[in-house]
Amino acid sequence: MNNSVILCQQADLIPNSGICVQVQGEQIALFYLPQENPQVYAIGNWDPIGKANVLSRGIVGDLNTRLVVASPLYKQHFDLVNGECLEDADFCVPIYAVAIVADQVLLTQ
Amino acid sequence: MINVVVIGNGMVGHHYVEQLAAAEVEAHITVIGGEPRPAYDRVHLSEFFSGRTAKDLALTTREHYAEIGVDAYFGDPVISIDRDEKKVRTESGREFTYEKLVLATGSYPFVPPVKGNDHKPCVVYRTIDDLGNIQAQAKEAKVGVVVGGGLLGLEAANAVQNLGLETHVVEFAPGLMGVQLDAGGSAMLRRKIEAIGVYVHTSKATEVIEESENGAGRLLMKFADGGSLPTDMIVFSAGIRPFDQLARDCGLKVGERGGIDIDYHCRTSDSDIFAIGECALFGGRIYGLVAPGYRMAEAAVSQLGDDPIAFHGADMSTKLKLLGVDVGSIGDAHGKAEGSVAYTFSDERIEVYKRLIVSADGKKLLGAVLVGDCSDYDTLLQYFLNDIDLPANPESLVLPYSVGEAPSLGAAALPASATICSCHNVSKGDIVASLDAGSCSLADVKSETKAASGCGGCAALLKSIVDHEMAARGLEVNTSICEHFAYTRQELFHLIKVGCIKSFDVLLEKHGSGRGCDICKPAAGSILASLWNDYVLKEKHVGLQDTNDTFLANMQKNGTYSVVPRIAGGEVTPDKLIVLGQVAKKYNLYTKITGGQRIDLFGARVQHLPAIWRELVDAGFETGHAYGKALRTVKSCVGSTWCRYGVQDSMAMAIYVENRYKGLRSPHKFKSAVSGCTRECAEAQSKDFGIIATENGWNLFVGGNGGMKPRHADLFATDLDDETLIKYIDRFLMFYVRTADRLQRTSVWMDNLEGGLDYLRAVVIEDSLGIARELEEQMNSIAGSYQCEWKTTIEDPERLKRFTEFVNTDAEDDHVVFVQERQQPRPATEDERLQLLAIEV
Ligand code: SRM
Ligand SMILES: Cc1cc2nc3c(=O)[nH]c(=O)nc-3n(C[C@H](O)[C@H](O)[C@H](O)COP(=O)(O)OP(=O)(O)OC[C@H]3O[C@@H](n4cnc5c(N)ncnc54)[C@H](O)[C@@H]3O)c2cc1C
Ligand code: SF4
Ligand code: FES
Repeated sequence: MNNSVILCQQADLIPNSGICVQVQGEQIALFYLPQENPQVYAIGNWDPIGKANVLSRGIVGDLNTRLVVASPLYKQHFDLVNGECLEDADFCVPIYAVAIVADQVLLTQ
Repeated sequence: MINVVVIGNGMVGHHYVEQLAAAEVEAHITVIGGEPRPAYDRVHLSEFFSGRTAKDLALTTREHYAEIGVDAYFGDPVISIDRDEKKVRTESGREFTYEKLVLATGSYPFVPPVKGNDHKPCVVYRTIDDLGNIQAQAKEAKVGVVVGGGLLGLEAANAVQNLGLETHVVEFAPGLMGVQLDAGGSAMLRRKIEAIGVYVHTSKATEVIEESENGAGRLLMKFADGGSLPTDMIVFSAGIRPFDQLARDCGLKVGERGGIDIDYHCRTSDSDIFAIGECALFGGRIYGLVAPGYRMAEAAVSQLGDDPIAFHGADMSTKLKLLGVDVGSIGDAHGKAEGSVAYTFSDERIEVYKRLIVSADGKKLLGAVLVGDCSDYDTLLQYFLNDIDLPANPESLVLPYSVGEAPSLGAAALPASATICSCHNVSKGDIVASLDAGSCSLADVKSETKAASGCGGCAALLKSIVDHEMAARGLEVNTSICEHFAYTRQELFHLIKVGCIKSFDVLLEKHGSGRGCDICKPAAGSILASLWNDYVLKEKHVGLQDTNDTFLANMQKNGTYSVVPRIAGGEVTPDKLIVLGQVAKKYNLYTKITGGQRIDLFGARVQHLPAIWRELVDAGFETGHAYGKALRTVKSCVGSTWCRYGVQDSMAMAIYVENRYKGLRSPHKFKSAVSGCTRECAEAQSKDFGIIATENGWNLFVGGNGGMKPRHADLFATDLDDETLIKYIDRFLMFYVRTADRLQRTSVWMDNLEGGLDYLRAVVIEDSLGIARELEEQMNSIAGSYQCEWKTTIEDPERLKRFTEFVNTDAEDDHVVFVQERQQPRPATEDERLQLLAIEV
């Protein structure tokens, strides 16, 4: 993990909910699900349908066993693992590889 | 284009106009009404005395007629018909020519030819104008007598009692409602209405009405048997007489005892003239109910098109609520058919009477009488109308459940031709067709077929048919809240309550599967809050809340939030107004007065919310819960303190109510309003619960809604004192919180509540479920544990950490850009944003 970037402290995460970090102008939504493996998920914060930076503020859960976040604007669901929009396959958000290492959340490229 | 003139704009004349306007026929329609106003709902006339207004009763408006191209004239009765010239002439001298003429003149109250029946306090009861008369006479009266113990007489008695008078009913015949009921049913009805304080005098022939001398009342009625009765006013409601003078004068055939003779096509003896409704005589009979009149109107309209239908008479079965008593009568109620046999069940303890008349061979139902309990009416009517074979032991149809097995007639057993809704003539076949055409819920079927949207009497039967048909199609009525819980919201509520569950994790583990989602999480969060009233941002609840609840503010389209402080009852001091202005200026917020009598500040970035709220809380503001499924606002009018018409302090009541229920989490948002008098400036009748001041206290309305599908609230209880009012609201709200579906406003909940308003009254007022105390205690406990979520939040540094756009930098979301419009900020459009950015670069 040489070229990894520190996003935030593990303590900044909120269990079963999301927060947002900004790295080089990019907004990344981080979701912390302590009971899952892995425990953190990262997707773009931009809601391509609602057209605002809000995904980190959605409710997380699962639909048909896929881990998802529901956009707080118009409630479409985005897959936390592959970024797909469940309601409309034309929309997809970027995903990021992240990990918790020594109490820090790292972007592992 | 055919030129049609309709005389009379009562219920049936209006139905004719609507049907014709909607038909394929090219017609120019002229309507001439004798009353000064367009058609209204005469059937519900007596509700005028329990709070409905003339406007509520209206079936149409002048504007609507104009819109659909109908020429309408009111308050100008027709005085003659010239059949040779095909012309009619009105009182004011207007003349109209016609190609086809329709007489829908209805009938007028029969006043027995008793000496003294013209004294001033003697009135009749048929029109809205009569209501005014009755009200005026009742003002100075303490005692009111209704002459006539039939259906209309008892309606009138209801009105007199609602006006607060000591009420007497004087009937010539030996029993009440002799047309519809047998002697046993009539006796039970008498018992029941005497129990609610109405005095009944039967077998009384009034001989003379005198002005009273001894001062015991303004009038003295003297009877043939030597008795007498002092009274202050008399309402004659002893039957009807058809308005057929016009027809007589122009030589149309009329019946011996009145009524304009018509054939199967509703044509009179002149084939260009039709007669429909209560003025028409068909098969030697006048049909004094509205549904047969509607069928006549439809038959008459069809004669002008290519596909004429016939009128073959109509069933006169009725189900009514008279003075609060359920009364039902079907077919041959008196058992006149030869060889018929009767089964009778009577229980004086619970005051229920039921009688079945069946054919000699015991196979068919010929008639029935129900008093005190009409729950079997729908089933019995279906047996009767559709000639369905009775079960081997017909008595089981009327025996109480504990005695015999009551085989209710399953929806499946009804033939497709069975009429389910007689108001709108909807058959079982129509309902099935609507489902075939894509309706997939009760609500769909209702709006598609109009079934159950008239008197509402068929609602329960309709529901059972829809449920049955949907199940038969494999369209299982899935009531699970989402894939994680196989329960309805109501069931979840019980599980959480009974199991004393305090967190979503435990709930999921015990009763659900998977991880939850954006449907069940907020629903559970709301139930947890309704029951235990915990601070919503406690760590274990955080993930359950919608962003609006998480940040205690409403998200706007660009990701910023709005700030809505509570302004209870819409009352705000100048100092507080100044603070709002200062805060808005400081944080560059767009300011607007909301539709709910308070002030909304828009465009706050999430990281500014705590600072904004600190200033607001310091100035004495609290959260307005604009984000929550909770109490929104209680609108008010200034009431008796300022307004010259106000009769109670509506302002103080609005503030009290808003403070009592603020913060209560519920299945959906709910709203209220308090008006200081019947002028209703606070629009309380469009609210989930509305309060309107009366001379004696408060009238409570429930189930109103504005929004997408407005619903007028129902009058729930009248003249309540402060304490009873609050008690009823406590119970009403808690019962709603417990039993409604997720995101179901009180209006929709009420429409789906089996038993409807009466059931709700039974639960809330009579405590029929025995839970009133529990509901009140729960409400007290919630009101007692209220905390302003914003105040708690700004005092908790741990919580405040959430209020940031980015946890790793203080930078701001550069996608949020504002431009100025009308001296205030608003979100930039995408084009504007790119332009602004382009200049910056
Ligand atoms: C701000 C306001 C409009 C305004 O500029 O005046 C407003 C704004 C919103 N209304 Fe409203 N409604 C506002 C008064 C009303 C009224 C009028 C009233 O209350 O007298 C109604 C009709 C009355 C009623 O509810 O019966 C109303 C009927 C709705 C509905 C339709 C509800 C329904 O049962 O059909 C929705 C949608 C919903 O709740 O599902 C809605 C939803 C909303 C939402 C929450 C939509 C959203 O999700 O963004 C808006 C967000 C408010 C915000 O950001 O602060 N709003 N809304 C009004 C706030 C009043 C307040 O002080 O709290
Ligand atoms: C208090 C009350 C309760 C009732 N309850 C029920 C019930 O529960 N169920 C039920 O089915 N029925 C009930 N009815 C009966 C029902 O209201 C009537 O069957 C229905 O209104 C008949 O409609 P219609 O159009 O024939 O007559 P109406 O509604 O009487 O209308 C006739 C109209 O024609 C006008 N008119 C008369 N002559 C002229 C003229 N020369 N020129 C112009 N206009 C003229 C009249 O002014 C009137 O406005 C009730 C009636 C009353 C009064
Ligand atoms: S409702 Fe209207 S009339 Fe009545 S007190 Fe209020 S402002 Fe006055
Ligand atoms: S029977 Fe009256 S609404 Fe259906």
